Amino acid sequence: MTTAGSQSDAAVQFTRPLRLTFRDDLSSTLLSWLVKSFLFVVTFCSVAAVLLIFVFVIRQAAPFFAESRVSPLERLTEFFTSRRWFPEHQAHPEYGILAIIAGSFYVTITSLLIAVPTGLLAAVFLSDIASFRTRQICKPLIEILAAIPSVAYGVFAVMVVAPWLQKNIGFPTGTNALNASLILSVMAMPTIISVAEDALSAVGREIREASYALGATRAETMLRIVIPAAHSGILAAVILGMMRAVGETMVVWMASGNATQIPSPWWDLSQSVRTMTATIAGELGEVPQGTTHFHSLFAIGLVLLIFTFCLNLLSEHFIMQMKKPKR
Amino acid sequence: MLLSSDKIQKKQQLLRPNMERLSSQTADRQPGPIRLADPNRKPELQQTIRPERVIIRSKDFSFYYGSKIGVEKITMDIEAGSVTAIIGPSGCGKSTFLRCINRMNDLIPNTRAEGLLAVGGQNVYDKNTNLVNLRQQVGMVFQKPNPFAKSIYDNVAYGPRLQGIRRRSELDAIVEQCLRDAALWEEVKDDLSKSALALSGGQQQRLCIARTLANKPKIILMDEPCSALDPLATARIEDLIAALKGTYTIVIVTHNMQQAARVSDRTAFFCLGKLIEYGRTDVLFTNPAKKETEDYITGRFG
Repeated sequence: MTTAGSQSDAAVQFTRPLRLTFRDDLSSTLLSWLVKSFLFVVTFCSVAAVLLIFVFVIRQAAPFFAESRVSPLERLTEFFTSRRWFPEHQAHPEYGILAIIAGSFYVTITSLLIAVPTGLLAAVFLSDIASFRTRQICKPLIEILAAIPSVAYGVFAVMVVAPWLQKNIGFPTGTNALNASLILSVMAMPTIISVAEDALSAVGREIREASYALGATRAETMLRIVIPAAHSGILAAVILGMMRAVGETMVVWMASGNATQIPSPWWDLSQSVRTMTATIAGELGEVPQGTTHFHSLFAIGLVLLIFTFCLNLLSEHFIMQMKKPKR
Repeated sequence: MLLSSDKIQKKQQLLRPNMERLSSQTADRQPGPIRLADPNRKPELQQTIRPERVIIRSKDFSFYYGSKIGVEKITMDIEAGSVTAIIGPSGCGKSTFLRCINRMNDLIPNTRAEGLLAVGGQNVYDKNTNLVNLRQQVGMVFQKPNPFAKSIYDNVAYGPRLQGIRRRSELDAIVEQCLRDAALWEEVKDDLSKSALALSGGQQQRLCIARTLANKPKIILMDEPCSALDPLATARIEDLIAALKGTYTIVIVTHNMQQAARVSDRTAFFCLGKLIEYGRTDVLFTNPAKKETEDYITGRFG
C-alpha cells in the first residue's frame, strides 16, 4: 500500500523546477542578445564590404562623367558608342569602350558556346551514365580544374595554344579571341559541370524510375523528364559559368592579344580583341591617379560590376526556383 | 437520431463516389480483426491455377545483389486477372521480387538473376527481352506517389506519347478514360493543365495509376502503394484495385495484412528471401499451413 502511494508521488513530482529563476532569465537574455549582435555585426561586415565596393567604384567613376570640359551626356554617348579608345593621346584623348565591351562579349559568348554543350553533356554522363566509381573519381578531378591559378592557364595559352593555332591553323597571330575563348571555356567548365550535375542528380531517383517503368528509354527519360525538371539548375550553371568567363582577367590579358577592335568580318575569331577586365588590369597600374584616364577605368569597372551583379541576381533567381518545392 | 445517421451515410457517399459499385468491399475499414475479401468470390477461386490462366510464372527464381541474396528459389504462379498480395517482414525480398517482374532492378549495378521468371510465357531475364515493351505491358505503381513535374494531362499522356501517339483527339480520349478508370476524373476534369504536384498524396497516387493504365498494361505491379497515404485515400486505392481486378492482373506488395486480406485473391508470404507459403488469401489467413506464417499473421514476430 505504502509503496504504491510513494510510487505515484514520484510520478507526479518534477525533480527540476519548471519556473525560470530571475538569474537564469537574465543571463539567458543577455547571452542571446550578445550572440545575436555578434552575428549581426559579422553579417553586416560582409554586406557592407559589397556596398562599399559599389560606393568606391561609383565615386571614382563619377569624375569621368562629370568633367567640366565636356557635358556628361556627350561623355556618356562617346563612352558607349565610340569604338576608339585612345585615353593617352595628349591633345585629343578618346574614351570609347564599344570595342572593349564587344571584346568581352566575344570571348564570353564563344567560350560559353564551347563550354555549355560540353559541360552539360559531361554533367549528363556523370549523373546518369557513369558508374558510382567513375563519378567518385571524375568529380574531384573536374573540380581541381577550378583550383588551377589563372596565370597558369595564361602561360598555357601563350606557350602552347598560341603557337599551335599559328602553325596548324595558320592564324596570323596566336593570341586572339579564339585562344582566349578556348582557355576560358576550360575554366568555366568545372562550374558548369558541377552545378548542372547537382541539378540533374537532385531530380529524384523515383522520378526516373517512374519514367523507366512506363517504358521510356534512358534518352527519353533524360530529355523529357530529367532535363525539364532540372532546367532552372541548368540555367544557373550556365550563368555561373558566364560570370566566371566575364570576370576572368589574367587569361584574357595574356591570350586575347589586347587590340581595341571589333573583328571584321564579325565572325572572324582569329583577330585579337581586348576585354574590359584586361583593359583595367593592364592600364590601371600605369596611369597617374586623378586623371580622366584613371577615372575612365573605374567607369569601365562600374559597367563590369553592374553586368556581373545582374547575372548574379539572375542565377540566384534560378537557384531559388530549383530549391523551392514545385507547385 | 435517424437523421444524423442518414447524414453520416450521405457524407460517406460524398467521400467515395464509386461506393455503390464496390459496396461489398467498402463495408468496413476500421482496423481490427482481419477481414476476408469478398465472400461471394470464394467458391470460384481454385487453390491451384489452371495452366492456361498462368500469366506470371516463377520457377526456382533467385536474385542477388552482388553476393547478397535478394530472393532465393521462388516458385509460384500468378493467375491472370487476379489480385495477388505479397506480405512479409521488412527486407524479406517482397519488393525485390516485384521489381524483377518488370526488371526495374536493372538500374542497380552488380545484380544477378537465376532460374525462370516468365511473363506471358516469355522469360523476362532473357538476353533478348525488349525492356520497353515489357515495361509498357507490366506497369508499376510505387510506394511514394511520384508524378512528373508536369501537368496532369501530360503525366497521363506520357506513356502513349512514348509509344508514338501524337493526335490530340486520341490522347484526349486516353487521358479521360484512364482518369475515369483511376477514379480521378471527377476531381480533376476542370483543370487538366494544373501541375500534378499540386494534387494531394492520394490523388497523386491515383494519377500514377492512371498514368500506368494509359499504357494499356496486362499486369500492374504495386509496391506498397498505400504506405504514404491516409486511411481515406487508402480506401479509395483499395476500391480502385477491386475495380481494376479482372481486366488487369495485379500484384501488390503490402505491409498491411488487413489490406492484403481485403483486396487479394491469393497471398504469398515471404520471409528472409524465401517464399514460405502461397495460397488462397482466405485459407492463408485463417488456416495457414506453416508455423512461420501463423506467427507472422498473428503478430508474434516481424
